[in-house]
Amino acid sequence: MPGSTRETSVKPAPFAYQRPATIEDAVRLLGELAPHEGRVLAGGQSLVPIMAFRLARPAYLIDINAVAGLDRLFVRDGVLRIGARVRHAAFHRPVVDGPLGAMLAQVVRHVAHYPIRLRGTLCGSLAHADPAAEWGVVAATLDAELVAVGARGERRVAASDFFRGPMETALASDELLAEARLPVLPDDTRFGFAEFSRRAGDYALAMALAVLRIEAGTIAAPRLGLGGAEAAPRRIAAAEGLLRGEAPGEAVFRAAAEAAAAAIDPLEDPETDAQYRRELVEAMVFRALTQVCAGEAEA
Amino acid sequence: MTGPVDVTLTINGRSHAIRVEPRRTLLDAIRDECGLTGTHMGCEHGVCGACTVLVDGDPVRACLMFAVQAEGSNVRTVEGLAQGDALHALQRAFMAHHGVQCGFCTPGFLMLAAGALEREPDIGDAELLEVLSSNLCRCTGYQGIVAAVRAALAELREAGNEH
Repeated sequence: MPGSTRETSVKPAPFAYQRPATIEDAVRLLGELAPHEGRVLAGGQSLVPIMAFRLARPAYLIDINAVAGLDRLFVRDGVLRIGARVRHAAFHRPVVDGPLGAMLAQVVRHVAHYPIRLRGTLCGSLAHADPAAEWGVVAATLDAELVAVGARGERRVAASDFFRGPMETALASDELLAEARLPVLPDDTRFGFAEFSRRAGDYALAMALAVLRIEAGTIAAPRLGLGGAEAAPRRIAAAEGLLRGEAPGEAVFRAAAEAAAAAIDPLEDPETDAQYRRELVEAMVFRALTQVCAGEAEA
Repeated sequence: MTGPVDVTLTINGRSHAIRVEPRRTLLDAIRDECGLTGTHMGCEHGVCGACTVLVDGDPVRACLMFAVQAEGSNVRTVEGLAQGDALHALQRAFMAHHGVQCGFCTPGFLMLAAGALEREPDIGDAELLEVLSSNLCRCTGYQGIVAAVRAALAELREAGNEH
């Protein structure tokens, strides 16, 4: 039927579908099928669009949406554990008391749109590793630990080793990112998050997450993470060094923002050249830091 | 193994036994296999929201789920909003506040709003605007849609208070 929607619209290539109920079955299937173009399907909010364009053509999809236990979300030993089925929307309300829950609730408002957040997962976003993804910045800034499970067993990967480049991670093709672990932050931790995108819900052109404490009037344990600006999210040591031990204020924030802009290896595309990306980074870092110390700097 | 599989979809309370390839999206299955063409097909990659339906109460893009994944779930489409001849408060409000122009995005907006208001009856106005930014409309400039959803929310809250 030439001209019908069936012939002209965008459709994924054929695949076989598996829906395991246990993590053991999921890992076994992934071990068997990954060498034959098998992939994990979690929320599908990134994978299914690229399948529609046939940029991805998995021969097998292993749907983990029925796997028992992967929906767990709990704190143990001062660490928030986020299972592979936990949707973005779980973070709309603070999932833990204190600054970590508040931070996740602020950041999640920047993750795509409401219906996408009801379906997509935090671990799926990390495994997809789009450089513009908000959770990657959170994971990098807080030095998250990522738990990969495969036929050879379980291993834990530090966020600084996990992100390798655009859509590239330390995960082997036969490994499932089963859990992300974030440290629960001390109550006196402050944070600020700023993102620039052209429209609400669009991919970030740059974003910054600043996390620190104020001790005796000076900045302690500063963490500054960037995303959307480089091939992978990461902490910017040069900017953190300028903040550490300083009294919070506009001058030191500007210096840190300039240092971050200078430190990056900017992503470039036809609409965003290196200079623009650096300027966006500078603005986002400054805004995030200003947010951290809102009230403090004026006091 | 990539061939058709049996799937039973429950849509607006009615059971549909269909046979589709795993790659068949929920959107295509709703329209073509189940004949419910009120759910519109727009971009087919999750950007526009024209295909928004409720899956177990959550408004989701039907183009970003496979039909086989919806087995066992309760799917609601725009055809299920009205109760017989009585239109849903959102449908009446869209008419009253000019939330409809060409109508292409309307089923998606209705289901987006219906899902959001059911999930979050205490939703604030800023949050509501943020939710409505999920879908695209190329006619109305959104103001009519926003006014309609605000009016329906007020009506539903009033009705809730009376009970």
